[in-house]
Amino acid sequence: MQNTQIRTDEEFFVDPQRCIGCRACEMACAECETNGQTSMIHVDYVDRAVSTQTSVQVCMHCEDPACARVCPADAITKDEFGIVHTANTARCISCANCVLACPFGVPKKIETTQIMMKCNMCYDRTSAGKRPMCATVCPSGALWFGKREKMAQMRPHSTPVNTFFFGAQTVRTKVNIMMPAGSTALRVD
Amino acid sequence: MFTTLNLRALGVATIATLALTGAILVGSRNLQNFDAALIAYLFGAVFAWFGLVYRYDVWLQRPPTRLYWRRGWQFFFSGRMFGHGWALVRRGFEDMAAQSFIRKRGGLRWAGHMLIAWGCVIAFAVTFPLTFGWIHFTLAQGTIDTYEAHVFGFRLFSFPLNSFIAANIFHVLNWSSVMIIIGLGLMMRRRLTDAGQIAIQTFEGDILPLILLAAIAVTGLGLTWDYEFMQGRAHQFMAITHAIVVILFLLWMPFGKFFHIFQRPAQLGVAIYRREGAMGPQAVCPHTQEAFASQLHIDDLKATTRELGYNFTLEDGSSHLQLSPQGKRAALAKAHLAARKRSGSLFG
Repeated sequence: MQNTQIRTDEEFFVDPQRCIGCRACEMACAECETNGQTSMIHVDYVDRAVSTQTSVQVCMHCEDPACARVCPADAITKDEFGIVHTANTARCISCANCVLACPFGVPKKIETTQIMMKCNMCYDRTSAGKRPMCATVCPSGALWFGKREKMAQMRPHSTPVNTFFFGAQTVRTKVNIMMPAGSTALRVD
Repeated sequence: MFTTLNLRALGVATIATLALTGAILVGSRNLQNFDAALIAYLFGAVFAWFGLVYRYDVWLQRPPTRLYWRRGWQFFFSGRMFGHGWALVRRGFEDMAAQSFIRKRGGLRWAGHMLIAWGCVIAFAVTFPLTFGWIHFTLAQGTIDTYEAHVFGFRLFSFPLNSFIAANIFHVLNWSSVMIIIGLGLMMRRRLTDAGQIAIQTFEGDILPLILLAAIAVTGLGLTWDYEFMQGRAHQFMAITHAIVVILFLLWMPFGKFFHIFQRPAQLGVAIYRREGAMGPQAVCPHTQEAFASQLHIDDLKATTRELGYNFTLEDGSSHLQLSPQGKRAALAKAHLAARKRSGSLFG
């Protein structure tokens, strides 16, 4: 982890509205070496009974990650680049606190191996200066990784936002979500 | 330097260290059975104990850890002690002794970890009681070929020298060293070839512990090699290098990767917590309409997050934490769609 080549000038942008539910990102995510070939990304039908809307969810890498704070085993850490890493396999005691506390519903608990796993922004790739797998395969631009200026050119009517309100709680993240131009935050509940 | 000193933990660790010192004095019969050649190991072990208790207590003071610690004991003594006790025995065997959850992460990984873990457990079981003077051996009175083993000064059993049992008692640390070296080879192979591990591992967190254990095992075997095949000519060098690496290991144990040895049993407390939670009401997600966790867990998590400074309370008084992970993802997607609709364009 010491010799990283993380591109600090590039960011992750998510536009759930562009998700077409093709699940290419799921397949790509399973190529991530740090996940042990287990897909961590979430692609859901939002409410299949009434809509075909799908959504995609990667780890948002919170500035103050609730998953790490509620971990009783100190298994989840955030590094100097703001990446919140998946649970340390030696420490995780498989309690699922992180799974239930994450406001974005990201961590997964793998019952058989008694470990929590989550997206760590393809650390094997991003630490080598490459883009996350999901962002390289998304055909509709729901997941995009690159420079902020380039994103502004591509989506002039949208604004990247990284502030979320969950009731009384404000959460700021490393990953951005694309909102209508001029937005400053997304109120979830 | 002392601004982060945790006074409660300092007090608990000091009491625990005094208790261990007392146990060493009593167990070795006022140091009568203490082997003075092991004095450096003794100081290393006592310091390690102090550090372990200090860190353990600091760890227990964290709100989520404290909650599991209290809940675990509370449920264990709640009237279902036999049920929970049996579950603990079963999970203790599966998770601690057989480490079956690691086997499901990978066969060679499990083999490597089992060899290292059990090699260390055997070595600890031998060396700490020897270092504390709790176990010692004497020549049986009136004989020249029979050894007696004493525990806490009481004669436990005797065995003839040049016997199978004697060879194994005298060489048990060699067997554990061999186990550890084979296990280290398997784990080091993983550290050097697994691309995912290479990306996230650190030298001090993942490689150094393997090197340290290897140094202990190799220099330990070197002691036997020296007196068996070198007529003891390298004894001083081997004894000092072995002592240095063992003491380094002991001093580092409370702070580095080896602390997980003492954290891992918390998994058993979680097992009790989950058993208790499964017996009570379940939390049903308002979005999926399905049970996704115990209500006990959700309520405790609400309290823990509040204690940590989070407030996920919604305007209607309910909590965002009452949603399942899938429900939370759907809530975000719906909120995003609603914001796009309000802007007059679904895409931008």
